[in-house]
Amino acid sequence: MDISIKDYIRKRFFPHLWCPGCGHGTVLNNLLRAVAELGIPKNQIVMVSGIGCSSRISGYVDFHSLHTLHGRALAFATGVKMSQPHLNIIVPMGDGDALAIGGNHFIHACRRNIDLTAIVMNNRIYGMTGGQFSPLSGKGILATTAPFRNLDPAFDTVNLAISAGATFVARTTTYHFKEIKEYIKKAITHKGFSVVEILSQCPTSFGRKNKLASPVEMLKFFKDTTALLGSKRLEQGPDLIPRGIFVDKEVPEYTEEYQKLIKRVQKNT
Amino acid sequence: MKAQHIINRHWCKGCGICVAFCPKNVLELDMEEKVVAVRPEDCIGCRVCEFRCPDLAIEVIVEREHERAA
Amino acid sequence: MKEQLKFIQGNEVCVEGALYSGLGFFAGYPITPSSEILEYLSRRLPEAGGSFVQMEDEIASICAIIGASLTGKKSMTATSGPGFSLMQEALGFAVMAEIPCVVADVQRFGPSTGLPTQGSQQDVYQARWGRHGDHSIIVLTASNHQDLFYITVEAFNFSETYRSPVILLLDEGVAHLREKVIIPKQGEIPVIERLRTSVPEGVDYHPYLPREDGRLPMSDFGGSHRYNVTGLFHDMWGFPSTDPKIVHGLLHHLVDKIESNVNQIARFKEYFLDDADFVIVSYGSSARTALHVVHSMRRKGEKWGLLELQTLWPFPCSLVREKCEEADFVFVVEINMGQVVHEVKRCVDYPEKVYLVNRVDGEFITPTDIKNITRVILGRGV
Ligand code: SF4
Ligand code: SF4
Ligand code: SF4
Repeated sequence: MDISIKDYIRKRFFPHLWCPGCGHGTVLNNLLRAVAELGIPKNQIVMVSGIGCSSRISGYVDFHSLHTLHGRALAFATGVKMSQPHLNIIVPMGDGDALAIGGNHFIHACRRNIDLTAIVMNNRIYGMTGGQFSPLSGKGILATTAPFRNLDPAFDTVNLAISAGATFVARTTTYHFKEIKEYIKKAITHKGFSVVEILSQCPTSFGRKNKLASPVEMLKFFKDTTALLGSKRLEQGPDLIPRGIFVDKEVPEYTEEYQKLIKRVQKNT
Repeated sequence: MKAQHIINRHWCKGCGICVAFCPKNVLELDMEEKVVAVRPEDCIGCRVCEFRCPDLAIEVIVEREHERAA
Repeated sequence: MKEQLKFIQGNEVCVEGALYSGLGFFAGYPITPSSEILEYLSRRLPEAGGSFVQMEDEIASICAIIGASLTGKKSMTATSGPGFSLMQEALGFAVMAEIPCVVADVQRFGPSTGLPTQGSQQDVYQARWGRHGDHSIIVLTASNHQDLFYITVEAFNFSETYRSPVILLLDEGVAHLREKVIIPKQGEIPVIERLRTSVPEGVDYHPYLPREDGRLPMSDFGGSHRYNVTGLFHDMWGFPSTDPKIVHGLLHHLVDKIESNVNQIARFKEYFLDDADFVIVSYGSSARTALHVVHSMRRKGEKWGLLELQTLWPFPCSLVREKCEEADFVFVVEINMGQVVHEVKRCVDYPEKVYLVNRVDGEFITPTDIKNITRVILGRGV
């Protein structure tokens, strides 16, 4: 049986506004499959996004959608989740959105272990504003604000999320679509703060400047430069970017703990 | 096995992702930069074209032999 | 709940008012002189079944309360000048997306870190214009605890009625003062609940289509209507639009829904205005001092009166004009370099009779200050 993902989108906004070959569309594609396979009713899902190319995603899905401010999606989502803990909250963010302007909210959401599903659509560039480098671009890339090659080192989203306390952390790429679906499903089901980093291609602003002219080449690049955790390939290629589930552990979840606190103090009053 | 390719020409942006990664070279871009299934008979129904398409523009409906018989 | 008599701090009165209104969610970040609101609510809110969260900063706090409000909860945050500055972008979002919420700004002396423990009334313009872009907003204040209680309830009521953030502009003078307050029993003063849509599931719901009376019935996130909320200009479903007609219509709606109700929103008190030759216009803690002066002048046989504003924005222009009409002199008493005075001048027929009476050294304005300054203005010598 195949569930039609078209039931989960707002068809009138298609074709969407992302550029040809933009990886964000592939994330959307497989995110919808994840939700469809989990069978969560649309009314039970809230998608909260920030600002940037990535954040357009919330307009395309037929869930409750909250398109907020640059970097602040997780803060808005925290308020939604604290007030209605039974809802599933998915928070897709761009790399600058999540980890530059939104970095503070990101680490604190990890620390609280609040049950939100954060998806970092990492294309290593500010696409919407024309291709400036982000804190995930890394040294040596060319960007409209790094004409002489970037000097800024990059964050490692996975390591950052783990050390800040996220209890589910995974990474994959838009080439590895099966993993996108699988990890997002696990992340949504996981009780606690989950982070799925998806390396995504921006052929328009990142690719053209960095000798990856076409979306196809960028996908091949993801295939060639990454390897699954535990694989021989990763063992033999220490420079490869690891993909897979890095952390998946059970730790008391914030809103559940808060509900317990309410019960406790109400008993005492 | 028979596969049917449902292509939404209005949504397809001709990025070429499905064309490049089809294991059987079933797909091509036409003059208008829209995808077409030029060798549908070679299709193995793996649907990687459908899962990777950033525009939700291609769907593959696979009819398997035993299903047809049933 | 029965009526209760309490002897408490202004910040705690604000908490009582919020709980009376049915506060369901609070997010905040510590800052002097508003931290007590955060502290009291961390205890009182879960006791009342609501949720409290201490966020990583003021930006996160205001964002969280907007998110919570969308699920149907009455929501609030509290801060002071520097934190209030950080909240401005998200307040603009709440204006644009028409999300009810209440922000208490307990003013301290600025600019910048300024005098963290000393009060001021310097945020009147920040409260009105802190955000970019044209819009309107409701700003309320009070000078004593009983009024502060009512005004806090009013803040929640206005935010629900007009689907707008409402700013409760307190000042350190009232916030840290202890005096008595009567908490009325539940039901004694009106509490306005969220207006929710009656459109049934499956029928097209327009979250941003005002009814004839201008109000917009809401649907809670998690309910049966899925719609979009954005800070972009948007159509009646909440989806982004650049259509000039829609943009023009929405901007006017955002401003008009408040400005055209200025009389309904105007809250004020008046003392001895009927025959006053000298009218003091003041608000917040400085109005307490002003009232003291009015009483003492009256005892001397001089006809002084006080117009105490509780609604600062939308500025009640016609009210101020009317109340100052017969006065020979209008003194605006405030603890800043002159903010409300400009509005008063803008509204009266003879702006040259309006004078600023202020004090800006971090100290509280005293009756003697007011008397000394007005004596100079009146040419009665130093
Ligand atoms: S600019 Fe880049 S990220 Fe933005 S839509 Fe285009 S390809 Fe995607
Ligand atoms: S991947 Fe999708 S958008 Fe790209 S060419 Fe194929 S069908 Fe068209
Ligand atoms: S289903 Fe597989 S074989 Fe068939 S066209 Fe798509 S990618 Fe090619």
